[in-house]
Amino acid sequence: MKPLRVAITGGTSGLGLALVREFRRRGARVAFVARTAGAVAEVARIHQAHGIVGDVARKPDIHPIALQITAALGGLDVLVNNASSLGPVPLALLADTECEDFTLTLETNVLGPFRLTKALLGALSASAREGRGAVVLNVSSDAAINAYAQWGAYGASKAALRHMSAIWNEELAARGVRFLSLDPGDMDTPLHALAIPEADPATLKRPAVAAGELADAVVEALAREHA
Amino acid sequence: MIAGARPVQRPRDARLLVIDAGGGLTHAPRAEWTERLQPGDLVVANDAATLPASLHGTHLASGAPVEVRLAGRASLAAEDVSFSAVVFGAGDWRTRTEERALPPPLALGDRLALGPLTARVRGALGHPRLVTLSFAGDAGAVWAGIARHGRPIQYAYMTTTLSLWDVWTPIAALPVAFEAPSAGFVLDGRSLERLRRRGIGFATVTLAAGISSTGDPALDARLPLDEPYRIPSSTAAAVRRAKARRGRIVAIGTTVVRALEHAGAHSGVVMGGEGVANQRIDAYTGLRVVDAVLSGTHEPQESHYRMLSAFQDDATLARASAELEARGYRNHEFGDSVLVEAVNRLRDPAGRTRCPPP
Repeated sequence: MKPLRVAITGGTSGLGLALVREFRRRGARVAFVARTAGAVAEVARIHQAHGIVGDVARKPDIHPIALQITAALGGLDVLVNNASSLGPVPLALLADTECEDFTLTLETNVLGPFRLTKALLGALSASAREGRGAVVLNVSSDAAINAYAQWGAYGASKAALRHMSAIWNEELAARGVRFLSLDPGDMDTPLHALAIPEADPATLKRPAVAAGELADAVVEALAREHA
Repeated sequence: MIAGARPVQRPRDARLLVIDAGGGLTHAPRAEWTERLQPGDLVVANDAATLPASLHGTHLASGAPVEVRLAGRASLAAEDVSFSAVVFGAGDWRTRTEERALPPPLALGDRLALGPLTARVRGALGHPRLVTLSFAGDAGAVWAGIARHGRPIQYAYMTTTLSLWDVWTPIAALPVAFEAPSAGFVLDGRSLERLRRRGIGFATVTLAAGISSTGDPALDARLPLDEPYRIPSSTAAAVRRAKARRGRIVAIGTTVVRALEHAGAHSGVVMGGEGVANQRIDAYTGLRVVDAVLSGTHEPQESHYRMLSAFQDDATLARASAELEARGYRNHEFGDSVLVEAVNRLRDPAGRTRCPPP
């Protein structure tokens, strides 16, 4: 089996960075996407991964990102839609949430993953046809299921992402492209610090642990597809 | 014909002219193209994604503006960033290519500044517009530069500027085509689902579809340029299985015909692997793999049309052309389609003499 080809959005911090590290550790070829050129170059150098500068929330960025992912990896087996926006910071009641903040949250957390998945579906389907398997992992949250006050924009967007994953999976199972929606748990990440600055990091999961669990789930889904 | 001038891949009113193996002509809504196939057939499409292969910039030696249209590459390898390219002078797609200015004289070693990229002229290819170029920098940076600075190649009959999402087919995977393998625009999720439900196979090849027109008759006569391709072993196996059960191989687009016929040229058996399609397909070609092609509607002077003469005799194609004209079919990449079944299964492998079917 040739090395797994994995693309990860939001790959320069938090869970995304831990996923870059985890999949590289497992011998995968990794391309990752993030907005800041300096951070992208740094992570690419340290982890010997292919860095792509782009913003998944911007429609005009999607195809240039998809093009660079497939050019760099020669195809794609695994897409991890990890990049997330928290919505208004500090967290706000829905009644106090600006429409523009809600829109941006949906662009990042729902439309971005939809567009990128759609642009990469040809490559993922090709991988499935060639017997390599294909998996899309959409990073979810317990806020996708539970109604937490002040998590309106984020929770609604993650609920939409979760449901979209389920429908993609329903529609594409016959093509051999599997979709996972997984909640990595409360982690010690920059996003969590923005949401709950007073949280004690010692009580939170380390992103590396969550990344290991998610990578296991991806590998297991690929193996199931083979069986 | 009428120009398909709006970038809609699957217009609701798109039409299909079916030219059957007996030379009969039938009109149908194109959305029903899957119903023209039989269970056991295998549909093969080109899953190349389209590069934004038009790059505007400056010829540094003269300061003159240029438009570079990347047109070909020796291989599909990502690290290969040398291209054959057609170079125009000032102007853009809104001017008909026939009327475009020549570029400034291009000498070996000349540098072109193309947005974030720098290209160097590496070779002359026997025409003032056609050169080989190589880009400075590592391959990743070159692809990033092309991705961000390039625009899809387009022609003056279009009414709006194209974006990549206009030209990527629904199955677009590896970004290696210089112009869209546009026959694949029909391959939406609904039709793939329909094929599956009807017991019709689906497989892909990847061929770096080249440029379709340069505006210069001498250059156009050299098209298509050589095109690298890859046939996955899963596709080769699917073709062999379909042949074994007497299913037909239905190519979506002329690029698929070129790849499969190149791969199967010697034995008629398609094996997986990479190659460079450098053959011409015309009335003298005995098709050994493909039984039917779904293609755009083409005018008799185009190389794509010439390829259709491998499937049907001139008289039938002339009747089909008259029919397309009379019924106001749309042409070009966003136009209507034809489904052409081959009659020349009745020919021997040399492709010229008719003999009874086996």
